[in-house]
Order: sequence, then C-alpha cells, then structure tokens
Amino acid sequence: MTRLSGLTRRTVLSGLGAGAATAALPIQPAEAKDLTVGFIYVGPKDDYGYNQAHAEAAAILKKTAGVKIVEEEKVAETDDVSKTMESMIKLDGASLLFPTSFGYFDPYMLKMAAKYKDAQFRHCGGLWTKDKHPMNTGSYFGYIGMGQYLNGIAAAHATKTKKLGFIAAKPIPQVLINVNSFALGARSVDPSIATTVIFTGEWSMPVKEAEASNSLADKGVDVITCHVDGPKVIMETAERRGIFACGYHANQAKLAPKGYLTGAEWNWIAVYNKFIAEAKAGKPIENFVRGGLSDGFIKMSPYGPGLNAAGRKNVDTVKAEIMKGGFSVFKGPLKDNKGNMVVPAGKAFVETAVELESQNYLVEGVLGAIS
Amino acid sequence: MADAATMSTPIAVTADTDRYWPLRRMAEALAAPLLALAASAVLFSLLLLGLGQSPLEFLELVWRGAFGSWFSLQNTLQRAAPLLLTALCVALPGQLGLVVIGGEAAVVLGGLAATVVALPFVNTSPAIVLPVMALAGMAMGGLWIGITGALRARLGVNETIASLVMAYIGLALFNHLVEGVFRDPASLNKPSTFGIGEDNMLGTVPGLDVHPGTPVGILACILCWVLIYRTSLGFAGRVTGGNPRAAQLQGLPVGRLMILACVLGGACAGLAGTIEVAAQHGRANASLAAGYGYTGILIAFLARFNPLAIMPMAVLLGGLGAAGGLLQRRMGLPDATMQVLQGLIFVSILASETFYGRIAWFQPRGAGK
Repeated sequence: MTRLSGLTRRTVLSGLGAGAATAALPIQPAEAKDLTVGFIYVGPKDDYGYNQAHAEAAAILKKTAGVKIVEEEKVAETDDVSKTMESMIKLDGASLLFPTSFGYFDPYMLKMAAKYKDAQFRHCGGLWTKDKHPMNTGSYFGYIGMGQYLNGIAAAHATKTKKLGFIAAKPIPQVLINVNSFALGARSVDPSIATTVIFTGEWSMPVKEAEASNSLADKGVDVITCHVDGPKVIMETAERRGIFACGYHANQAKLAPKGYLTGAEWNWIAVYNKFIAEAKAGKPIENFVRGGLSDGFIKMSPYGPGLNAAGRKNVDTVKAEIMKGGFSVFKGPLKDNKGNMVVPAGKAFVETAVELESQNYLVEGVLGAIS
Repeated sequence: MADAATMSTPIAVTADTDRYWPLRRMAEALAAPLLALAASAVLFSLLLLGLGQSPLEFLELVWRGAFGSWFSLQNTLQRAAPLLLTALCVALPGQLGLVVIGGEAAVVLGGLAATVVALPFVNTSPAIVLPVMALAGMAMGGLWIGITGALRARLGVNETIASLVMAYIGLALFNHLVEGVFRDPASLNKPSTFGIGEDNMLGTVPGLDVHPGTPVGILACILCWVLIYRTSLGFAGRVTGGNPRAAQLQGLPVGRLMILACVLGGACAGLAGTIEVAAQHGRANASLAAGYGYTGILIAFLARFNPLAIMPMAVLLGGLGAAGGLLQRRMGLPDATMQVLQGLIFVSILASETFYGRIAWFQPRGAGK
C-alpha cells in the first residue's frame, strides 16, 4: 500500500471540496455499470439467526455478476444506521440499500430516503405504507408463523414428557404469533401438550437465553424452540442437556447434530434476487412484498435424526396442505390461556390477516403470561 | 487512582523553585497517552499482519472513515456527542475516587423521563418542551446515579457494584415502563412511548450535519473542568479523591461531596439520553440503550478523569466508531476487530499509568535535590 504516502493535506482538502465519492475512487474502483447493494445488520453476520439469514443471501448475491455487495454488521438502531447508509451511498456508491433490522425504518431510513432521492431503500419489516412513505423506500417481509406451526408438529412427535419450551424475546405481536403457532401445531397432534414460554425481554441476551434453556430442561421440557435474534446458545444448551430443538431464522443443525428436529428458516435470497433483477433491468423496484412458506419466503430445515418417520410424514402432509395456499393456523373456536374466546367458531384467519398483526394473547395450552 | 500523581505533588515548593515544571507536567500528561496509543497501534498492527491484512491500509481507512472528509468528520463528531456526557458521568465521581460504571441506566431513564414529562406540553412550543425535557432528563439521571452515591456515602456500599446492579435494574425498569404504562399502543412491534412531535425536535447545528449534542457536550466538559480545577468545591472534591479520611479530618463534608459528584455525573448522562431523544429518536424506546454509558467508562479512564482530556478521547472513540463500518466493508474485517483495538488502547493507557514519575526530565527540579 503506497496510498498512505499520498494522503497529504492537499488530498484531504481536495477530498473535502470534491466530496467523499471522488476520494473513495482510488481505493477500489467500482465498475461504473455495477450495481452496488448495501446490507446492514443489527447483530453479527454469523449469529446463526436473524442476521445470518440475511447474510447468507448476501453471500450468494456476491457471486452474481454485475452486483457488488457491501455489508456492515452490528449497526445500532440509532443515528449510527443513518450514518452507515449515508457512508455506503457516498463512499461506496451504493444505490440499493437493505437495512434489515426492524428499528431502522423510522426515523433513520426515512430521513436518509428524503436526503438521497436517487437511492432505493427496501426495509425488512412490513412497515411501508403507500402514500405515507416515499416511493424510493419500501418493505419486504415474510410470514414465518407457518414454519413454527410445522416446528410444533415435529416437536409433538418427539416429546415424551408432553412439555415443550419456547424462549421468546419480547411479547410483541410478531413473536406471539410464533409462540401461538408453535403451540397450536403441537396441539394439533396431541391436545394434552403444554408449551411453556419464557420472555427474556431482549432481542439478544445469550446469558438469559442459556438460563431459560436450562430452567426449561430442569422442568422436564424435552423440546425447545425460540424467537430471539441469535438462537445459538439455546440450540447448544438443548444439545448439551440431551433434549430436542427446533430451529428458527436459519439452519442450526450444526449446533445440535443429535437433537435438531427441523427449523423455520427465512429464504431471503428469493426476495433479494427479485429486487436486484428489477434494479438491473432498470425497472421500478417493487415497494411492498411479503409472503410465507407457499410463496418461497420461508423454508424448513432438513429433518434431523431425532424426528421419527411418523413425525416426518405428518409434517410433510401439513406442509403440502400449506403449499396449496389459504391455510389457517388461527381458526375458531380458539381460546386464550385465560379462557377468553379470541377467535369465535366459524372464523379463520389466514397468515396475512390484519387481525393477527395486533395479536396480544397466548393461546390455550401455553403456560406463561404477556405482562 | 488517576490523580495519585498530581495529588501527591508539593505544589507550594515547586512554584518557587521550578517555574517550568507545570509545563513539563503537562507534557508528561500528553506523552503518556500518546505513547500508549502508539504502543496499541503497534500491537494491533502485529495482529493485522498475523491475519494477513495490511496495517497501512487499516490506518488509511480509519483516517478516511473518521476524519478524512467533511462527511466523516461530522460523523465522528456526532458519534462523540453522547460519549462526552456519559464520560463525565464516570469522571466526576472518579475525581472523588469513586468508580461508577452504571451510566447506561442514567442515559435510558433520563431519556425516558425527558420524553414522558414533555408529553403534556407537546402542543405548546419547543421553547417550553426542550427546557422541560432537559430538566427532567437531568433530574432523573442525577437521581439514579445519586442513589448509588448515597448508598456509598451513607451505608458504605461499594459504588462500583451498586452502580452496575442499579444499571441492570434501571434497564429492566426502562423496558417495563416503555412496554407497559408509557407505551404508545400503535407501536406494535417496536414498543415505544408516544413521540414528542417533529416540531419539538432539535435540528442540526447551522451549517453542519451535527446535532447540538456535540456543542452541549463540549460545553459540559469545559464547565466540569472549571468546577473541578478552578473552584473550592472542586478542590474539596479532589482532596476527597486523594484521601477521604484526611479530607474528613479537615472538616470537608465528604459524604455530601460524593453524593453531589454522583448527582452531577448522573445529570450529564441523563442529558445525553435527553439529547438522543430530542435530536434523533423523537420518542423513548430500546434504541436508547446503545451502549453509550459503557463506552463512557472507557473514555473517562482514557482521559484519566480530566474533563478536558475527555474531548479528544471521545472524538477518538467516536472516530473509531465512524470508521468501523468502512473497515468492515473494505477489508472484510468483522466488527469485533474494532473491539479488539479498543481493548488494546484501554490496556495500553492503563499500563501507561506506571510511566508517570519515572522519567526525571518531567519531574520538578531544584527542591529536594
């Protein structure tokens, strides 16, 4: 590297004057026609979870011709992310940005979108509303509840104690849908199964997650799943305690080679490929995309050795049913765990139903409380 | 601990006999951290070489990402803003020999209090909302760290442990309140309080893309320096830091001084949280717990609890934060690389404490020879 010697007062000043974009050129000249895409993650790229699910897709995209990927991990949901977006646009020449964490949207991404009107922003989280948010922004999101429903079915076939455990971050609708779907999946096989939920209060707090896994195992729970950003420590603890685990976000089979049954995974590459194809073709990039298992937005991990033939067959059958479309996990009559009717008889909600987006209950068969 | 060297110096003797010693003392105080920074740079370069990366490329990217362009420099200054104030939360009690590490809770609770207290006034005017927020945030932060100070002063509870445990309690309380009584029901998947409204938010400093947190933080550092080094109250505090028993024998209100230092430090951290809300988030939510309170500990120790030295150190750490992203993108280094570098700097600076008093040239001459 000889560039350091060239970094004189003059080059710095010219950098100030000419703008950072020109100053960045000598380091890594990006081909003019390359599409530069920025990925921003809230946690580490190798968390075996939420962030890894996105980073795995980014890694595939890196091999795509004509696309340059820039990535940044562990970016806080503060002005830090605004600066990261700005830096990607200014210093790397990024024209399409994927800020992947829910909290990046408002106000950070919206602020940057207003400032850089030529750049396109697509946010993971389903918050974009037409006429309310700028047209160079958008949302993509997946419905992963069905995946947790299938996890529940698999868990029901593996459990001997009839006690399942769910370690969850926060009692917000997205998480509650997963907890309830898992419990309903298990109870569709055997209504006597109980699912204990523990809320850790944080998206990523490995110490509490390990404590929760151990205390569930101590209580006789023999299948665990979760909704936290990085399921790593939960899967490892389950394996060490000799119990089964269902994955979430990404494939965690490596962490629990004996106990891993299956898992609900994001399949973001499908979404990113679509966006990037549109961008490269010069077409407008869609503003709002969402889908579930039947749309290819999510997928199930390959079965682990802990799941018997009957379990595999049951999951396969229900999955085939879901793939046809229109499947409902939440259908009446359905009571919450306090005995209130939450879905009346004759009513059924498909995964896209708006009623589910404000879910604030735990269904019958879940042991635990929201507040 | 940081003041052991300066406190033990016989000021009266040297003033007569060695007029240049104060200058050389200042040079010593500059040389030690600079040497430490150089040492950490060398250690870190060895690590990079071990990884097959170029240290020169690393340095150039740090320069480019942190200071090398107008955008980078403003990025650095803005990141330094909350750090200036959270470092004061450690430095002020630190001057009295207290190691308070729970500033994070004062930041989040200060931000929450500022938001909640301002909510009834959101339809009046920013001229009312912003001062109310600042007062509420500082009061809350001061109260929270003040409890730690009172526990120490009145009951002899170790302030380091107490502040750490209080930080856990504070963060849990914050989550409980934001997800419970103060929650805006419309904030479904990211629980938040109601917003203070776009009109009441702080803009940027005119001509800059930096919010007023940076000038406020600088002003706070200067005021704290004056308080510590140019007032009798500050002198009493430093005497307490040198030897609390001796201070007590002199009739100084040691307990009250300790509580006051904690309250003032907490108020600074509470103000940091307030500014984060007023300038960035517009509402209180989990984004407030971004670790500023913890980075502040690092900065205060690097600055040896001197408020003026906090300024360059906060800019240094802010700059490392600003450059971190570019390093990830250009060199493919994981985020943890920056933590390793920060750790090396921290250890080097702590080790450089032993440098003080070792080199004769920096020491007072004439008297005692």
